[in-house]
Amino acid sequence: MREITYRQALNEALAEELERDPNVFLMGEEVAEYQGAYKVSAGLLQRFGSKRIIDTPISENGFAGLGIGAAMVGLRPIIEFMTFSFSLVAFDQVVNNAPNMFMMSGGQFNIPITFRGPNGPAHQLAATHSHATENFYASVPGLKVCTPATPRDAKGLLKTAVRDDNPVLVLEAELLYSSKGMVEPPDEELLIPLGKADVKREGSDVTVICYSQTVPISLTVAAQLEEEDISAEVVDLRSIKPLDEKAIFESVAKTHRVVIVEQDHPFCGVGAEICYRIQKTIFDELDAPILRVSQEDVPMPYNEDLERAVLPNAEKLVTAVKQVCYA
Amino acid sequence: MQPLEQRDEVEMLSLMLLIRRFEERASQQYQAQKIGGFCHLYIGQEAVVAGAVAAIRPDDYIITAYRDHGHALARGTTAKACMAELFGKETGCSRGLGGSMHFFDKEHHMYGGHAIVSAHVPLAVGLAFAIKYRDEDRVTLCFFGDGAINQGSFHEALNLAALYKLPIIFICENNLFAMGTSVERSTSLKQIVDRAEGYDIPGEIVDGMNFREVRDKVAEVADSIRKESHPSFLEVRTYRYRGHSMSDPASYRTKEELEKYRLDDPIIRLRAQLTREGKLTNEQFDQLDKRAKETVLAAVKFAEQGPELPVEKLYDYVYFNGAKA
Ligand SMILES: Cc1ncc(C[n+]2csc(CCOP(=O)(O)OP(=O)(O)O)c2C)c(N)n1
Ligand SMILES: [Mg+2]
Repeated sequence: MREITYRQALNEALAEELERDPNVFLMGEEVAEYQGAYKVSAGLLQRFGSKRIIDTPISENGFAGLGIGAAMVGLRPIIEFMTFSFSLVAFDQVVNNAPNMFMMSGGQFNIPITFRGPNGPAHQLAATHSHATENFYASVPGLKVCTPATPRDAKGLLKTAVRDDNPVLVLEAELLYSSKGMVEPPDEELLIPLGKADVKREGSDVTVICYSQTVPISLTVAAQLEEEDISAEVVDLRSIKPLDEKAIFESVAKTHRVVIVEQDHPFCGVGAEICYRIQKTIFDELDAPILRVSQEDVPMPYNEDLERAVLPNAEKLVTAVKQVCYA
Repeated sequence: MQPLEQRDEVEMLSLMLLIRRFEERASQQYQAQKIGGFCHLYIGQEAVVAGAVAAIRPDDYIITAYRDHGHALARGTTAKACMAELFGKETGCSRGLGGSMHFFDKEHHMYGGHAIVSAHVPLAVGLAFAIKYRDEDRVTLCFFGDGAINQGSFHEALNLAALYKLPIIFICENNLFAMGTSVERSTSLKQIVDRAEGYDIPGEIVDGMNFREVRDKVAEVADSIRKESHPSFLEVRTYRYRGHSMSDPASYRTKEELEKYRLDDPIIRLRAQLTREGKLTNEQFDQLDKRAKETVLAAVKFAEQGPELPVEKLYDYVYFNGAKA
């Protein structure tokens, strides 16, 4: 194992999959000559050439659809959205073409495509540029959605996504690109299955369910709560869809208390679905109502303090954990 | 209403200086972390918006993309309200809620500040539609970058404007690049203006470093639209001196290219024209520049001292009437 950044991990995943399968190509805005708006594709143009690392004009709906068409005839496109806020321009393709094709063609056309890029609020980018899209996309049958929080998960999930024979969204996070973590050496194949959560920290008093940018928050809070004699188990979903119910239920059966901390909005957010599933299946295991920490139900304001007030954070999570623990 | 085609050129030079000094100061304040998020500067392109507003009336509509500081200033939004917006203050033109990319000023008919590339072009068509619907004597000016012309929404909007013969001037600020992508690498046409032809919209190429040329062309087109409603397209050739945003080192272009355009600086050009014609002395120019710098410094002070919107008021801006869902 060696320590690399989340950005580097994604870069390795791309390079390895491009190397392995000539049908894989990477397309998006500024991915080639500029080396990626966030430098995730650095060096790939030099290594794989302009046939496979392809810059596009600003035409999200066009190149997302191009990818889906190419996938219908056997290529395996990786489509980068500069951010998932811009994927909304391509919503029709991502939601209406990619996931529907298999059903409506009676099983003739599966769509092996990966849509990837940063998702969720970064820092003071305001309303149009701060969308957390996981709950929109996870609500669509036929799409798979994963949300890696660590370099290791980023590499393993992206590689799996590229090999998947269905449309998969890899929702990265701008604020995580420079974070570091231990990852297997490049000569060791690293594939992390979709639909497998990861217990990032074990605990016995409360289960904190998180993903993407809320994972580091949860780990910080868990460490802090330990000093107050509250033992929190941190369950990183890694994939929103498929959802690892088993891992969730196992943890809840152990702790009997749950807080879900998500980066999307509260209304119809990811946590709402998880709450439903927990109470439906293991209602008797619960010793307290489940709480959710999410964004406020408002478009994102630019002002820094207001943005902070809107976002989930450690303080809000601590309050919620104490409430479910009646501490 | 007084048509602005008669607005004094010295006054417009002073507007261009104000934009330039505002942007320089914004850059400095960004580096001092007083300004957050993305921040795109207009330095080098001042003659485009100055020329355009010099040719229209205060109650005409304008709308633009995220490189919008100059457009608000040109429309009459105060430097104070602009700087306060960058600082995220309640005294900003969007109450500190929009930031650099989302300047709005209803009073001055500035309909934004829009950060999704080309998403505002259909909105512009809607503004123009409302003008025609109410039979008003106005035009809409829609500014956008060369990067916007390959979006579907752009094409749909042009067709709608042509189909319904709406009073709108599409102003493409062609600064040769969309982030690091040059026009040749993004667009199959040799000339952007040819996009208009595909929709039967009259189009022309304008030298965006020349204030007078922009003003005269926009005046001519606006005049024609006021006589009989129709869309029009101007490809205005210009150049941004700085990187795409504060974080872009702009290593995709050469120093020589930048220097070439700097020599053709729109402020220097208009100054030279006015000086040659005996309408401006060096002392007067220095005075204008001094005033611009003072205005901007006062704006920084105003921005620093302004209050922030209290958190309790945030939900007032989700639905009109402040109702919480
Ligand atoms: C739909 C969408 N895709 C991508 C972006 C990211 N982006 C912001 S500005 C920009 C370049 C736009 O260039 P241009 O239209 O030429 O305007 P300029 O920056 O030159 O003023 C890009 C790709 C965005 N804001 N919206
Ligand atoms: Mg441009």
